[in-house]
Amino acid sequence: MKVMAQVAMVMNLDKCIGCHTCSVTCKQAWTNRSGVEYAWFNNVETRPGQGYPRTYEDQEKWQGGWVLKNGKVRLRSGGRLKRLLQIFSNPNLPGLKDYYEPWTYDYDTLISAPLGDHTPVARPKSLITGKNMKIEWSSNWDDDLAGGPELAPKDPILVKIKDQVSDRVKLEFEQAFMFYLPRICEHCLNPSCVAACPSGAMYKRSEDGIVLVDQDACRGWRMCVSNCPYKKVYFNHNTGKAEKCTMCYPRIEVGLPTVCSETCVGRLRYLGIILYDVDAVSAAVSQENEQDLLEAQLDLMLDPSDPEVIAAAIRDGIPADWLEAAAKSPVYKLIKKYRVALPLHPEYRTMPMVWYVPPLSPIVDSLRETGNDAEDSKNLFGALNSLRIPVEYLAELFTAGDTEPVLRSLKTLAAMRSYMRDVNLGQDPKPEIPASVGMSEETLYEMYRLLAIAKYEDRYVIPKAHAESAQNLEEMGCSLDVAGGPGQFGQGPFGESSGRPIPVAIETFHGLKDRQTSEVLIPLSAMTMNLKSWSNGSND
Amino acid sequence: MTSREILLWVALPYFTIATFTTGLWWRYRYDKFGWTTRSSQVYEVNILRVASPLFHLGMLAVVGGHVLGLLIPETWTHALGISEGTYHLVAVSLGALSGLGTLLGISLLVYRRRMTQSVFVATTKNDKLMYVFLLSTIVLGLATTLVGSGIVGDAYNYRETVSPWFRSILLFNPKPELMAASLPSFQIHAVAGMLLFMLWPFTRLVHAFSAPIMYFFRPYIVYRSRGDHASGSRKPRRGWNSFT
Ligand code: HEM
Ligand code: SF4
Ligand code: SF4
Repeated sequence: MKVMAQVAMVMNLDKCIGCHTCSVTCKQAWTNRSGVEYAWFNNVETRPGQGYPRTYEDQEKWQGGWVLKNGKVRLRSGGRLKRLLQIFSNPNLPGLKDYYEPWTYDYDTLISAPLGDHTPVARPKSLITGKNMKIEWSSNWDDDLAGGPELAPKDPILVKIKDQVSDRVKLEFEQAFMFYLPRICEHCLNPSCVAACPSGAMYKRSEDGIVLVDQDACRGWRMCVSNCPYKKVYFNHNTGKAEKCTMCYPRIEVGLPTVCSETCVGRLRYLGIILYDVDAVSAAVSQENEQDLLEAQLDLMLDPSDPEVIAAAIRDGIPADWLEAAAKSPVYKLIKKYRVALPLHPEYRTMPMVWYVPPLSPIVDSLRETGNDAEDSKNLFGALNSLRIPVEYLAELFTAGDTEPVLRSLKTLAAMRSYMRDVNLGQDPKPEIPASVGMSEETLYEMYRLLAIAKYEDRYVIPKAHAESAQNLEEMGCSLDVAGGPGQFGQGPFGESSGRPIPVAIETFHGLKDRQTSEVLIPLSAMTMNLKSWSNGSND
Repeated sequence: MTSREILLWVALPYFTIATFTTGLWWRYRYDKFGWTTRSSQVYEVNILRVASPLFHLGMLAVVGGHVLGLLIPETWTHALGISEGTYHLVAVSLGALSGLGTLLGISLLVYRRRMTQSVFVATTKNDKLMYVFLLSTIVLGLATTLVGSGIVGDAYNYRETVSPWFRSILLFNPKPELMAASLPSFQIHAVAGMLLFMLWPFTRLVHAFSAPIMYFFRPYIVYRSRGDHASGSRKPRRGWNSFT
């Protein structure tokens, strides 16, 4: 057994209002540059829907992730030799059109157009060709089921379960069932993007499991893009390098949550540490039956309170405060203790580490529409059993089609809802409700606090990167801290940003945080002075 | 030996080698971030799907042919019992075949660069310059094959002049008179080639030197410690003394 720590996320889909705040703040932080205009490290898709890029879940078409062949996993796109033979033109690479062609508007005509009878219009201009264009698709074109009858049926999951459900039910389903799925890189335990990179430029950080692209080592072979089944590596067509979600590691390293989590309006994201046994990963991903992958992944995650695990973790160099954080990890609780969170597409065999609490609300809503008491546990349990289609759809997303774990999770959520209703209305709480899902009243209440009250410090339990390695952090810089990267700093010989760039690391963030949270105004210049003196070791 | 001969067949080759090697070193040292294929596949794939493999596979064959033709002395192949006639036939036919494939491939690539708006917009001045030199070297090389093969004019055995000259340069014992005695078509192609190599380190062509052979020998999943200073991660800058 070799213990490693992994920063993991859980999103509670019941709370997502589809506002795209997370996508926008992420874009502002990481991809507001030319070359990645079309890239959304965080995107929110409406399900049922085609997703972004279009139909990315159709692995027959895109060949992402791993498959089992003769009892061993291999990349779906083939072996190493095949990949190198296809290097001159990658047959599985999505084109810009599969994401969308980014555009801007010709705003200038609004002010420069000569006086006339008609109001001037700002026409859309392609950011790729510079020409006028017709906007036909975007990263969330089918938001809120827009274009429903035409677009939604092309959802790869719907296509898959179509055979199982009659058209009548399908129609009912499309009207009654909709939810949002925010997605970032999964920071997989068995990342196929890393495995497919011919130059070894992609890596998983051994301290926290964050998957990154070394911008200096990437040679633009663009194999990671096609081999990630979630299509969460993007090709910067300007720099010719791959870029991806960084789990906001400069923030994580100083104990701050990612930008998407911090700004999430629904406060539905949870961040914490998971301890796992890295030696067991390859056996775990090799399950014969796809539906066993969920259980196998759960088995990989180690109990942070088990003395044996703690001893092994200490032996493998996991710092004490990380162990403490792992013991308090909200993510571990949601995934393994309450078993309400589920992984996205475990059948890709990458062992994704962003998990989801499936949405109960659509079921509650449709129950309410029929005039029933939607918060009564019996009604809810009954609805779960009769509303097969949503459950089957969720199962295709989260459990390789196995409805059992989805039902279990939804029932637990339903139990929480009706148990807490009694508590909140001052009625006698019914201990048989938690018991019906195999939980004690205390555990159910604890889960309620984590999911419903969701205090900041409960949602995010992020240990800081270690002070003794702080020097390394600075020197490593940001993987995107390069010319044309988001971390670029103006390096002119004059002006405020003169001289050596301030690295994206501890003191920058502490400085900014102090500035943001302090009562008095700290001028930016004073801060820079501090930063410089800190980093120089002298201030002459 | 005229000074022109010395200039073209001694000074120029060594200047090329110097520029090429220091250029590559400099680029790798200071611009790892710029070291990429800068793939344009996301813009356009229909032409690229045919053109890029055709060009690259042709090019690899051409490179192989050059290595064989220039580095292996005629006496060695003779010793193996391969007659000049057989060698010539094989070399010319395979060479012409891969040369034509390369030419067709690069023509399609250039056509695509010019005619696909998105690819054209993404084409830098550097790319254009590179294509001028690359394309002319290929065309001249193919012309040389035709001229030397006997298809146009008399057959010419470059392995008695051009190849020994090439080896003489590498062995630091330059024999410019050999090259001076060869056909003008070979001379022009050689000069074009040298100019291309001088340009090479400063263009996207550097990607050819990072052909990912090591991919076969590494484990699939790469773990790297935050503290590692493996390839590419930034070296401590001067003045970053330890704080403690
Ligand atoms: C074996 C080593 C090589 C590999 C693996 C390789 C791979 C690639 C790749 C992946 C691209 C990007 C294609 C795209 O998606 O747009 C590319 C482009 C290119 N390569 Fe290579 N290459 C190699 C050797 C060479 C050599 C030896 C040359 C020239 C002498 C060359 C010339 C070019 C040119 C001109 C382009 C640009 C094509 C365009 O977009 O117009 N390559 N190469
Ligand atoms: S989700 Fe992230 S870690 Fe997993 S394969 Fe895709 S890019 Fe790699
Ligand atoms: S910010 Fe939160 S609520 Fe809004 S779309 Fe993103 S995940 Fe959903």
